[in-house]
Amino acid sequence: MSRERLYRTEAIVLKRSDFGEADRLLTLYTPELGKIRVIAKGARKPTSRKSGHVELFTHAQFLIARGRNLDIVTQAETIHAFRSLREDLLRASYAYYVAELLDRFVEDGVENRPLFDLLLAVLDWLGASSDLALTARFYELRLLTLSGYQPQLFQCVNCRATIEPVTNFFAPAHGGVVCPRCYNGGLRDDNGLKAISLNALKVLRFLQTHDYGVCSRLRLSPGLHRELEAVMQRYITYILERNLKSVAFLRTLRQPPLEGESSGN
Amino acid sequence: MQITPEPVNRLIEELSRLPGIGPKTASRLTFYLLRAPVEQALALSEAIRQLKERITFCEVCYNITEVSPCPLCRDERRDRTQICVVEEPLDVLALERTHAYHGLYHVLHGAISPVEGIGPGDLRIAELLKRVQDGSITEVVLATNPTLEGEATAMYLERQLAPLKIRITRLARGLPVGGDLEYADEITLARAIEGRQAM
Repeated sequence: MSRERLYRTEAIVLKRSDFGEADRLLTLYTPELGKIRVIAKGARKPTSRKSGHVELFTHAQFLIARGRNLDIVTQAETIHAFRSLREDLLRASYAYYVAELLDRFVEDGVENRPLFDLLLAVLDWLGASSDLALTARFYELRLLTLSGYQPQLFQCVNCRATIEPVTNFFAPAHGGVVCPRCYNGGLRDDNGLKAISLNALKVLRFLQTHDYGVCSRLRLSPGLHRELEAVMQRYITYILERNLKSVAFLRTLRQPPLEGESSGN
Repeated sequence: MQITPEPVNRLIEELSRLPGIGPKTASRLTFYLLRAPVEQALALSEAIRQLKERITFCEVCYNITEVSPCPLCRDERRDRTQICVVEEPLDVLALERTHAYHGLYHVLHGAISPVEGIGPGDLRIAELLKRVQDGSITEVVLATNPTLEGEATAMYLERQLAPLKIRITRLARGLPVGGDLEYADEITLARAIEGRQAM
């Protein structure tokens, strides 16, 4: 395959930026080649045959030619356009978050088929979900598992004791939950060891161990949603050592508060 | 050891900061100017100076202009009940070339892009809302690009403008002239069908 001039792959467009006169630089996530960066020549011209097929979050079949530097898209044909994502600001913003998170978690050229399948599934779910925040939490937990950062939610990460149904503590740098005994024994975490309520822990465990079909039926209070988001945000920020831009954007969107993050249209 | 003289290096460095110009192109342009007549080189430098000294943003529509308010905003023959919202000043030129729109404009200077960290606060959105609130506007035409960023911006604006009870329209999306149905993506084609018109 490495000697072939052309190769074919399906891919999802994670990111794209303008390049040169009328070209676009795309970051694609593929099932067999992992994350790759390619050029779509002329994609900004209105008459381009490619432009609609290389939009963000599009799942498409690509024919790509090896270039001297970056590879070049020669053909693209949409498989799934995720239209409902594009016609709702909040859904689109969550899709941005999903794509940015994946982009930050994976290195160029590292294959991870289950992660591709997860991305494809989550874009589909976001188009129909009635609780976008819940869908996002489910995605975060699966992404963490598939990329080797699964948080330990069943045993204390310090003493390995089974976690009891009381208020425990979440320690990002230790990668999971700490029992009250270790916490009171003076275990500390410079990255914000904070209490996690029993309900929040139960939801995280449930999301980690059940399929989306079951998880999507959960109904969570706004307060619980806020706590779950804060816990996941702290853990992810600790792993990535940076804040995500789309998170800040989601917050600004929410300023006219949206009940339970569910969007009507 | 420095082989090329300092002024040459300096121009190469300045030119290579421009978009689309790499170090090789920058040196080629520099050596061209070195050989070109003095008048030509000075005309270029004067043009750049004038550009920065004389161009400002219109205080009403934020288009680029020499005098504020800009000629478009002052033109009495234009329809003062319509505002067309675009991302960039170049979009105003593109729309003006059509001779199909006779209202006013509003330039946002970008589009909402969570990935690049551009939020509503970085665009001229507050200024637009203020213009619309004064009451004489009856229609806002959202003419942002049909990209995800442009759509996100349009949806955000729609949400902000909705309480004002004015007509909010979006440019039609469909097939380009000279295009080919076979190569159209499904979203474009679906919108073209939805937006079809009686002949």
